[in-house]
Amino acid sequence: MRFYRAHVLVCAGTNCSLKGNRAVREALIREIEGKGLGEEVKVIETGCFGLCEQGPTIVIYPEGVLYCRATVEDVPELVDSHLLKGRRVERLLYREPTRPVAVQTVPELDYFKKQVRVVLRNCGIIDPDSIEEYIGQGGYTALAKALAMKPEEVIAQVKASGLRGRGGAGFPTGLKWEFGRKAPGGVKYVVCNADEGEPGTFKDRLILEGDPHAVLEAMAIAGWAIGANYGYIYIRGEYQLSIQRLERAIEQARRLGLLGQNIFNSGFNFDVEVRIGAGAYVCGEETALFESLEGKRGEPRIKPPYPTDVGLFGKPTVINNVETLANIPPIITRGAEWFRTLGTEKCPGTKVFTLTGDIVNEGLIEVPMGITLREVVYEIGGGIPNGHKFKMAQTGGTSGGCLPEALLDVPMDYDQLAAAGSALGSGALLIMDDTHCIVDVARCFARFFLHESCGQCIPCREGTLQLYHLVDGITRGTGTRQDLELIERLSRTMYVAPLCPLGQTAPLPIMTTLKYFKDEYLAHVDSRVCPTGTCRALATGHAAD
Amino acid sequence: MAVALDKLSPDLREQRLREVEAAVARHRDKPGALLAVLKEVQGILGYLPEEALKKVSQGLELPLSQVYGVATFYTLFNTRPRGQHIIRLCESAPCHVQGAREVLEALKRELGIGPGEDTPDGKWSLELVSCIGVCGVAPAIMIDDQVYGNLTPDCIPGILASYR
Amino acid sequence: MSMVTLTIDGREVRAAKGATILEAARAAGINIPTLCYHPDQEVKAVCRICVVEVKGSRTLQAACAFPVAEGMVVNTQSPQVREARRTILELIVARHPLECLQCARNLNCELQTLAAQLGVREAPFARLEKQYVPDTSSPSLVRDPAKCVVCRRCVETCQQVQGVGVLFPINRGADTVVAPPFDHGLLDAVCAMCGQCSLACPTGAIVEQDHTRLVWQALGDPRKHVVVQTAPATRVTIGEEFGMPPGSIITGQLVAALRRLGFDRVFDTDFTADLTIMEEGHELIKRVKEGGRLPMFTSCSPGWIKFIEHFFPELLPNLSTCKSPQQMFGALTKTYYAEKQGIDPADIFVVSIMPCTAKKFEAGRPEMTDSGFADVDAVLTSRELGRMLREAGIDFASLPEEDYDLPLGISTGAAAIFGATGGVMEAALRTAYEVLTGRPLENLEITAVRGLDGIKEAAVEVNGLVVKAAVGHGLANAKKLCELVSRGQADYHFIEIMCCPGGCIGGGGQPIPTTNAIRQRRIDAIYQVDRDMPIRKSHENPVVRTLYEEFLGKPLGEKSHHLLHTHYVARQRYPG
Ligand SMILES: Cc1cc2nc3c(=O)[nH]c(=O)nc-3n(C[C@H](O)[C@H](O)[C@H](O)COP(=O)(O)O)c2cc1C
Ligand code: SF4
Ligand code: SF4
Ligand code: SF4
Ligand code: FES
Ligand code: FES
Repeated sequence: MRFYRAHVLVCAGTNCSLKGNRAVREALIREIEGKGLGEEVKVIETGCFGLCEQGPTIVIYPEGVLYCRATVEDVPELVDSHLLKGRRVERLLYREPTRPVAVQTVPELDYFKKQVRVVLRNCGIIDPDSIEEYIGQGGYTALAKALAMKPEEVIAQVKASGLRGRGGAGFPTGLKWEFGRKAPGGVKYVVCNADEGEPGTFKDRLILEGDPHAVLEAMAIAGWAIGANYGYIYIRGEYQLSIQRLERAIEQARRLGLLGQNIFNSGFNFDVEVRIGAGAYVCGEETALFESLEGKRGEPRIKPPYPTDVGLFGKPTVINNVETLANIPPIITRGAEWFRTLGTEKCPGTKVFTLTGDIVNEGLIEVPMGITLREVVYEIGGGIPNGHKFKMAQTGGTSGGCLPEALLDVPMDYDQLAAAGSALGSGALLIMDDTHCIVDVARCFARFFLHESCGQCIPCREGTLQLYHLVDGITRGTGTRQDLELIERLSRTMYVAPLCPLGQTAPLPIMTTLKYFKDEYLAHVDSRVCPTGTCRALATGHAAD
Repeated sequence: MAVALDKLSPDLREQRLREVEAAVARHRDKPGALLAVLKEVQGILGYLPEEALKKVSQGLELPLSQVYGVATFYTLFNTRPRGQHIIRLCESAPCHVQGAREVLEALKRELGIGPGEDTPDGKWSLELVSCIGVCGVAPAIMIDDQVYGNLTPDCIPGILASYR
Repeated sequence: MSMVTLTIDGREVRAAKGATILEAARAAGINIPTLCYHPDQEVKAVCRICVVEVKGSRTLQAACAFPVAEGMVVNTQSPQVREARRTILELIVARHPLECLQCARNLNCELQTLAAQLGVREAPFARLEKQYVPDTSSPSLVRDPAKCVVCRRCVETCQQVQGVGVLFPINRGADTVVAPPFDHGLLDAVCAMCGQCSLACPTGAIVEQDHTRLVWQALGDPRKHVVVQTAPATRVTIGEEFGMPPGSIITGQLVAALRRLGFDRVFDTDFTADLTIMEEGHELIKRVKEGGRLPMFTSCSPGWIKFIEHFFPELLPNLSTCKSPQQMFGALTKTYYAEKQGIDPADIFVVSIMPCTAKKFEAGRPEMTDSGFADVDAVLTSRELGRMLREAGIDFASLPEEDYDLPLGISTGAAAIFGATGGVMEAALRTAYEVLTGRPLENLEITAVRGLDGIKEAAVEVNGLVVKAAVGHGLANAKKLCELVSRGQADYHFIEIMCCPGGCIGGGGQPIPTTNAIRQRRIDAIYQVDRDMPIRKSHENPVVRTLYEEFLGKPLGEKSHHLLHTHYVARQRYPG
């Protein structure tokens, strides 16, 4: 391998791609070649760093200096000053809102200080299109190690780690694998759930864009553990870049014999196929995903039977989320003990969150489970921009609950957020400041479920319609107190009666907004006033003034 | 892009339908291939007309009603011809609170159509969709396969102009 | 079988492992309301009306789907359960047209019954009615998606039971509708017109095309000589329209009721069923002797005819050319009977009482006009006749038993069993054996072809030739047999196909509910009718003999060919 004096990492995640990273990268290569540095400096396209708000981002190693919002025009100066003369370009250094001084390097950032990178270990570090770089970081050693273990030992290791599914339900992964292993049947499947449709969530995309091999390696390990020789990755059709990267990664892995027949001479065969969705949030629900993968309407199945007994094509199937899988290789190489040093007792490990809405650092973070909402919002997220005040945080995406300021200190893991009446879900965090109307955003939530209900069962199909109609009426100034009661009654039924969790969680954001922001609803129905002025059909100002 | 099948010249139409048959044949032996087939057929014709779905139905030995039922379940499939470019505006909460409503208004103004509609010249279609997974750069739209993020109403004319 | 013990509403209940809560509760006499549940179908669990509390579960569970377990504690009547059920029902009602008074299913609608049972009195939700135009394209059925609760029972029936697959859920979410593809009406689709979907439907979203007005009009027209024929299966089902238990044999009351409605002659399709055996039997013998196309399929079930025309047009030469008994009856009434009675056939109005919606389509086929007039003018299903009798205020149960009119009211037991799957085959074998061997058949009852198994086989030795026969009912079974024949893997001589499961006693125009358990009781009854008949073989029907002597000449003769046989149309596999 050639030795380079410096590595210039350019984020090639979708978010940065939208900000012209490609032009910047090409300009960098041209400039470096032009200056005769081509032999010493290597430009690498990487997955997302997480600081999407600041893109396109560039990190120059070995120092790890972080530059933000770089444009093609900045490139000559960067190359000349940093790479030739060894002087940092002050004006492009990242500035944290809480600190007046520019941050120089990645490890110095508040943004990164509280973060622990397990899942995102390679994102932003390696070239996702290069299996060699993945291997260079220790990739596929976990698979080699697992194949030298008995499947039961692999499962025991995963069980001992306490890893819980990151797709939303938080089911213990080791236990799921054990069910999969014990299910009778010759043909079994491993499925990676990459459908990621929960609004505000884009972690799986960035993992797949930044480190596709981690998922492939984990799927092979899962296959070995449960006795499956074939895996499917079901990915939403909108994720073009992830699909490309995955396809390429699969080809590379096949070429090196890391997928296919007789992997590592163990006699174990495993291959993976990518299947592409066609636009339906509900297909993220595991049994709807199976239906869709089988070429049908994505309608959730009745449970039981559970997927580990009757899954894809009627065979025992272990289905895991992308992030869950990305945790597997480090658990195998570093052990369950190590994993348990992170996070909480009941929820060990880290969690990847995606920060969206009214927050300074929109983007992707990875933190230990159990961190509080306040730490994430203020210390990592950089707080609320433009001098506005925090109003609410929705955890777990649109199917999660909305929490007011008073609950900012809740530790975030599956159990504690559930206890607070919300959910950890996919790890989406939507932050809203006090300029936004709670009813207006509730209407937006209701609309999502109206649009995404599969339409199979009555309480969800008809309930989402009426719920939207009721909330919409309030934003239009036709709501009444009876409507609020009806919303509550309907929500109670929707919370317990639908066939699948989509319908069962649909009322959650509405119920929590109504619980924590009742006054704002009352202003809309009693005084026909929208305090934030968002609902245009109503008067602006304060109720009962 | 999406010209109605019956508006094509007979030769071209035959050719396209043969391409459809070939696409079906390529996938026939894969289990659960219907979505992949529909995606390819839409790639060939721009939409999923009845004649093409009949070929799919015959090739995969599925009732036409089932093929149609599947096609109408997913938002990325169209069973009628749409505009040359489909604009999908994300209306989910993260984009909404970051100003998707204003972007929608700009789009409506520029295009003269509302969601679910096509411009009379057949160039544009406008759709409201749920989160497209680029919320880090909210508010966002997709035009065909291309994503645009961090939008303000002012961006819209320029973006649309780049398609002329 | 291993058993578990659970508690339902505080009562200890034993149930088989693997049973659902609903089954366990019903066996214990605890009634849980249902809507999408159908005893003969896969569990769909989509209406959620049957939700119950299961201790330890955050959500409610659908009783129709959730399996019992040892020690499980179930509450079917908690306040939460009652609120959920009522809310769900109110949600349905909010989008359901409030047209009960005009609906064909008024007083026999599962939704209406539920609303009454659960005491839905308020309408708290906005009326967001579905805007659909009813599909009246089909001569057999009317589909009104506005009344559909998307329970998908018809989807399973059409796709799994009938192997047709016209109806399927379209769109998603609140826009979901069960319909044929691409906005086609049923007439333009590959629909067999069998009406099985109308039996499956809990509401009035799929009902028969109504011919009652047409019939009232004819009955009220003094110039018309109105003749009625009753299909074999109707004599064991129409009682159910009046609350009689399934399997009640009401032949005599039926005749009496029809006379009271004002029909000029009450005849019996059973007569032409006997005639069909003569014609079809001779056709089979001819094919066997002359090396004609085999196996020969029966042709008396019009849904089956429509199906084979769409799906297996290459097998049309295998179909017997015999018209169905209904059409033979019409053709003879407007020729032989008209001549005999000296009535101008133009003044004769033939009404059939049928178990079947496809018969409406058949009666309208352009081929069915060999007398110079439409063979049959109006077709009433059992359900429509029930409505007319109720409108006329006829107290069915208390009617005396009366006899059919002469001559077209004379029939045999062999004709009666046309109403059950296997019956045509059994009747044909009775006759074929005796005609060919000249010896009396010792045991008339060929039980191998009876019963609800999907495909049945029999072999009978006749003069050294082993006649191999198969019987299929329900079009999915027909499809299997057709595929075998297509591939040349069926070495049968004769195949009986009935479009509807169980045969005509389970026809798409029969009283609702029609379930497999009810079908079985109707089958038992029809074989009782057979046993009670003085003559049980078609070739012994004296009037059929007279008919050949006086009018037709001989089976497959020239007149028969003209009046009693037909041809078929190869149709497209798909519309367009
Ligand atoms: C409506 C709905 C949408 C879901 N979407 C996703 C998704 O996009 N990605 C995902 O991994 N899990 C999703 N899930 C959760 C899956 O059903 C399933 O629990 C998960 O894939 C299991 O993997 P895990 O154990 O690794 O979390 C969704 C669930 C529901 C009810
Ligand atoms: S809850 Fe909603 S999404 Fe889930 S099955 Fe019912 S209708 Fe479909
Ligand atoms: S009449 Fe028969 S074939 Fe036609 S839609 Fe109904 S069930 Fe299907
Ligand atoms: S038409 Fe009737 S049977 Fe079919 S889905 Fe609708 S309500 Fe159910
Ligand atoms: S919310 Fe708009 S892209 Fe995710
Ligand atoms: S009867 Fe159980 S869900 Fe419909």
